[in-house]
Amino acid sequence: MEIKSDKLLDCKGLNCPLPILKTKKAMEDLQVGQILEMHATDPGSKNDMAAWSRRTGNEIIETNEDSGVFIFFVKKTK
Amino acid sequence: MSENKQKRMAIIASKGTLDMAYPPLILATTAIAMDMEAGIFFTFYGLNIVRKSTINSLKVPPLANPAMPIPMPNILGVLPGMTSMATMMMKSWMGKAKVATISELIQIAIDGGVKMWVCQMAMEVMGIENSDIIDGIEEPVGAATFLDYAADADISLFI
Repeated sequence: MEIKSDKLLDCKGLNCPLPILKTKKAMEDLQVGQILEMHATDPGSKNDMAAWSRRTGNEIIETNEDSGVFIFFVKKTK
Repeated sequence: MSENKQKRMAIIASKGTLDMAYPPLILATTAIAMDMEAGIFFTFYGLNIVRKSTINSLKVPPLANPAMPIPMPNILGVLPGMTSMATMMMKSWMGKAKVATISELIQIAIDGGVKMWVCQMAMEVMGIENSDIIDGIEEPVGAATFLDYAADADISLFI
């Protein structure tokens, strides 16, 4: 399934906690229902994004991995 | 998330070395990003993290630090220049790993609404003036103010 994102955030090369902090900030510019696409190379980001999603309620609708890059599609829920 | 009451984290930052300045700031900024409240009480050497004169010159101690990546016997750690060498090394890995600087994290903390207090008593003892504390930090307070905040915290840390 091809997911169409409303905003792209590049966190490649960044380390904890910057991908999470930048994701949070990027979500502020979205409307409820819109989708953020975030790219990260931090291997911790997979678990960290899941924890962030559980805590904030924003929904990770898909996670992909492509040659060391993690791609998250996050739907703003509130 | 579905909880009515926002989660809260209360941290005491008591150390003034570069390596120990990171944990309180990383945790507090991440807590804000996770829709929690966070507050940091800076006391004793931890005050150096929010002092204009020291915020950009925090150091890594090579002495009595067996965790240095290049083993540094204490007999060498005492030599002049070793502290700045250890500090340069840490800053260089942090830069390569694109870790935020202390100043950047402080700015993110202020923008995100992390409550930050400085300890009145420690300022008095260490002769630190109010004017040497960076902008965005609350007025100096005592233990009671921190405890009043921490009493309602879900996570409390002493660093």
